[in-house]
Amino acid sequence: MKGKGKALTFFILPFTLLFAAFYLAPILYAIKQSLYKVERQGTFGKATEVFGGLAQYERVFTDGPFWESIGRVLLFGIVQVPVMLGLALVFALLLDSGLVKGRRFFRLAFFVPYAVPGVVAAIMWGFLYSPNLSPFTAITSAVDLLDADLVLWSMANVVTWVYVGYNMLIIYSSLLAIPQEVYEAAKIDGAGALRTAWSIKIPLVMPAIVLTTVFSIIGTLQLLAEPAVFRTFSSAVSSTYTPNLTVYSTSSVPNFNLAAAFSVVLALATCLLSFGFLKITQRGGDK
Amino acid sequence: MKNANRIAPMLVMGAATLYFLVPIWWLLVAASKTRGEFTSTTPLWFADFALIDNLKELFAYGDGVFLRWMLNSVVYTGGAALLGTLLAAMCGYALAKYRFPGREAIFNIVLSGVLVPATALALPLFLIFSQFEATNTFWSVFLPSLVNPFGVYLARIYATASVPDELLEAARLDGSGEIRTFFTISTRLMFPALVTIFLFHFVAVWNNFLLPLIMLGEEKLFPVTLGLYSWNTQVNQIPELRMLVLTGALVSIVPLVIAFLLLQRFWRNGLGSGAIK
Repeated sequence: MKGKGKALTFFILPFTLLFAAFYLAPILYAIKQSLYKVERQGTFGKATEVFGGLAQYERVFTDGPFWESIGRVLLFGIVQVPVMLGLALVFALLLDSGLVKGRRFFRLAFFVPYAVPGVVAAIMWGFLYSPNLSPFTAITSAVDLLDADLVLWSMANVVTWVYVGYNMLIIYSSLLAIPQEVYEAAKIDGAGALRTAWSIKIPLVMPAIVLTTVFSIIGTLQLLAEPAVFRTFSSAVSSTYTPNLTVYSTSSVPNFNLAAAFSVVLALATCLLSFGFLKITQRGGDK
Repeated sequence: MKNANRIAPMLVMGAATLYFLVPIWWLLVAASKTRGEFTSTTPLWFADFALIDNLKELFAYGDGVFLRWMLNSVVYTGGAALLGTLLAAMCGYALAKYRFPGREAIFNIVLSGVLVPATALALPLFLIFSQFEATNTFWSVFLPSLVNPFGVYLARIYATASVPDELLEAARLDGSGEIRTFFTISTRLMFPALVTIFLFHFVAVWNNFLLPLIMLGEEKLFPVTLGLYSWNTQVNQIPELRMLVLTGALVSIVPLVIAFLLLQRFWRNGLGSGAIK
């Protein structure tokens, strides 16, 4: 039995130590930092960090651009996440329907964009959108994809392009896991392909869809690489365009206490949203 | 009738294939052109094939800093994903196969870590590392990249499903130690799952942008994503960087595409297993 205890320590300790050091400690440290503020004696006096209570949070909650950026990513998420997952679901159902030949090829072709890092994807699409560089001049000369109205949706396209195939694979794998007997009954009842997809397949892969939605919500609130890159292509993207860009620009001011408060609020908002979504879907499932 | 049913789905899949692959095709074509041809020739087809020259220029620019970035990325990502997968596998395995006080507590804390966005940690990590004057070092990016709570979650599910208790009992009766059993028997049973965890982890670190952006100042330490980003921000001042950014973008996606191709049989079916349970 002694050997077991030693083995347990060996298995669990390395991960939990690193987790504590690089996950828990930063969270606690961010909370602590967000409760401090920098005070100066006179304009050019020495700066000292003093306890500031909720002073930083007051600034966060009255910071217009920050809440605008939150609103922006929420709008982005409300449109982009359903479009992306809708496409992923349709492609997965088509692959699974038996109506499509060359399944291996499509699976691979759709998954390839996932191998492109967000920064690189954004650079590539930035070129494709730029009026004087794009191969699609017919489109880019008619509409400016990088102006203030459209640039958010141009970014949505980049994110969709990267992640549809990945989400499709997650949904498709869970379609493959449905036992064949389930379909036998539907066939006997005379259900067509559409009917089977709607009444049998989609409900059965709901857990996979919920999981991908949660990951997408988290990803949307964290948008950073795309807007950071697009700043070089478009003047419509400000340094506070998304919450994470705000965190980054605030920390390069540098105002670490305020940036920490932004981080804490953003992390809380993310947890609340993804947790809330999980709770809502679970309750729906119980009925 | 049967054939008519197939036309619409195939059209949809064909159009989608164009959408996913044309940008990459364009990148390949663009990276093979000379600077003058880039704007003056048909964008989606090759002109003079100058890819080799562009590659030479890319790897020579700034004392070969691009190669350095690629190697950095491979070490940051490959190293963190390999070691991180092993740590996550050990922890998830122990959580699945042993009963001990605090087991559920550890699992729940780690699981809630999945919901904490990694980018929210970047700034506080920077502040902590600066306490030790350790920012702008290899370790400041590498160490935090090792931690993968989602990997622990997956490893626990996979270990429960693929490592039978009877087998562990038998190994114990044969006098095999717990650690040896893990490395010789359990990891083998969990192997396909471990590759999946590795791939997830690899992509996550490869894509992580905020942490190196905040942590690193010295160009030599950049991963390739940050390097390309910094070149791209200078394109307006140094126009010749544009071709380098394009060629570099192409080169930077090659390793992952190769990894995906080689590991196809693992991600093709293994990816969703975590979601079903």
